[in-house]
Amino acid sequence: MTPAEIREEIIDILSDIAPDEDLTNLDDDKSFREQLELDSMDFLDIVMELRKRHRVQIPEAEYGNLASMSSTVTYLEPKMKEIVRA
Amino acid sequence: MYDTIIIGAGMSGLAAGIRLAMYDQRVCILEKHYTIGGLNSFYRTAGRNFDVGLHALTNYTDKGAKRGPLARLLRQLRLKWEDFQLAPQLGSAIAFPGIRLNFNNDIELLRGEIANAFPSERDRFAVLLTKLVDYDDLKQEDFERSARQFLKEHLRDPLLIEMLLCPLMWYGNARENDMDFGQFCIMFRSIFLEGFARPYQGVRLILKHLVRKFRSLGGELRLRSGVESIHVEGDRAVSVLLENGEVLQSRWILSSAGSVETLRLCDDLSSSLPPEPGCLSFIESISVLDCQPKHIGFDKTIVFFNDSEEFHWARPKHELCDLRTGVICSPNNYDYGPSSGDLDEGFIRLTTLANFDRWTQLPESRYRAEKMRWYEQSVASAVRFMPDFRNRVVATDIFTPRTIRRFTFHDNGAVYGAPRKRLDGTTHLKNLFLCGTDQGYVGIVGAIVSGLSMANQHCLRTS
Repeated sequence: MTPAEIREEIIDILSDIAPDEDLTNLDDDKSFREQLELDSMDFLDIVMELRKRHRVQIPEAEYGNLASMSSTVTYLEPKMKEIVRA
Repeated sequence: MYDTIIIGAGMSGLAAGIRLAMYDQRVCILEKHYTIGGLNSFYRTAGRNFDVGLHALTNYTDKGAKRGPLARLLRQLRLKWEDFQLAPQLGSAIAFPGIRLNFNNDIELLRGEIANAFPSERDRFAVLLTKLVDYDDLKQEDFERSARQFLKEHLRDPLLIEMLLCPLMWYGNARENDMDFGQFCIMFRSIFLEGFARPYQGVRLILKHLVRKFRSLGGELRLRSGVESIHVEGDRAVSVLLENGEVLQSRWILSSAGSVETLRLCDDLSSSLPPEPGCLSFIESISVLDCQPKHIGFDKTIVFFNDSEEFHWARPKHELCDLRTGVICSPNNYDYGPSSGDLDEGFIRLTTLANFDRWTQLPESRYRAEKMRWYEQSVASAVRFMPDFRNRVVATDIFTPRTIRRFTFHDNGAVYGAPRKRLDGTTHLKNLFLCGTDQGYVGIVGAIVSGLSMANQHCLRTS
């Protein structure tokens, strides 16, 4: 997956977690917590969805990388570059 | 072989089951009763639908709210706000002799009522509010600290302290006389800062959504499947023996049966001291009226009453019930909106503290008569704080601590579980965890959040 595809995938996961949320104006450099008021339970969902959909494993110590969209994409790029988008 | 076996198909067990099935676990929920819901259930008798448990769903927030337990649980369950069809309350009250504090889902009403009735406490109450909003219910610091002590440090008028504690204890305090500070903060927010709501169809609508979701994700639900024992090897639970003799294996077990009740199932005869079960139980009557309650001048959603300046929250010692305090609730008095309209009939529900041992020791011949006697006495006590509805009653039903035990199988018919909570949900076994009232959260929203957080923490994170 390219960084743009990874971003799209994250948007898809976020819209699953928070269906009422308008994600079109998401600022990639601002934290999810701040913009979407996600809490620790929601971050677990991002991790679980990535595992379920793409078998990507994220150790708990590395959850911090999922703070914003840009940090998430940067962190996931090496882990997901081999994955071919379905 | 299951990934997780969940004991109990109440709110917490169903919520936990949904989370685990959502992430592809093989999950089985075992329910001893022939129906789901546990304490929050429903039944049909003489052509009418009745709810057990639910008076109101607490923690109500409007559609679009991102914060708070209701928003959190909807996200976690992937449910829409509309699914629960929540109608907000019309307004409630705390009624003590000669004084009444009204409140609704906007804290400004209560703030104004306190400023009127207790002018010297107005500013102190404002300070108190700021201390409560920031309590983190996921971190739970100082949880077991005394709420009475905390209130004494912030307010001067003992009557106001009693009045504030009355609804909070009624809706979720498993301890006698005092309340855990953490529980107090959670209850205060859920009742005074968020508020009450109810689905037009009652608790069955919520349960229907939970079961449907659980099944659609491939979860397995078995009714009439009581657990006889949990087989232990070393520090792990390895299998579950059902009352019908069947043996099931799983990696994790999540139990909403209660802490002492769960430990009793373990066949290793645990040397750890059994925790003390709760002892607060209720009788509740439902009076069906021949008119809407508002037609006899009762438009309150819930009235918490107490007939002296001191609020007593303890198991009745000398009698079957304690009539000094009670909760009056009318499911009619919610803002259902024009599309649903009024409920078909008028209902008044009345909850009274009861002594489990005295109720269960009654011989069968006296049980019915005592039910009727305490129905009449508790209604006579309640009409001191609301319009008299006794000449409008067309049908009644009463449940007692015996009924609660039948639905929940919790010791002592304890409605809010054990007084000491097991906040991290752990037990003496590495793969056996608690959820539900004995883990810590109470009420419908609380129970669901309990199931979600225990499933997340113990069965998902480490899988």
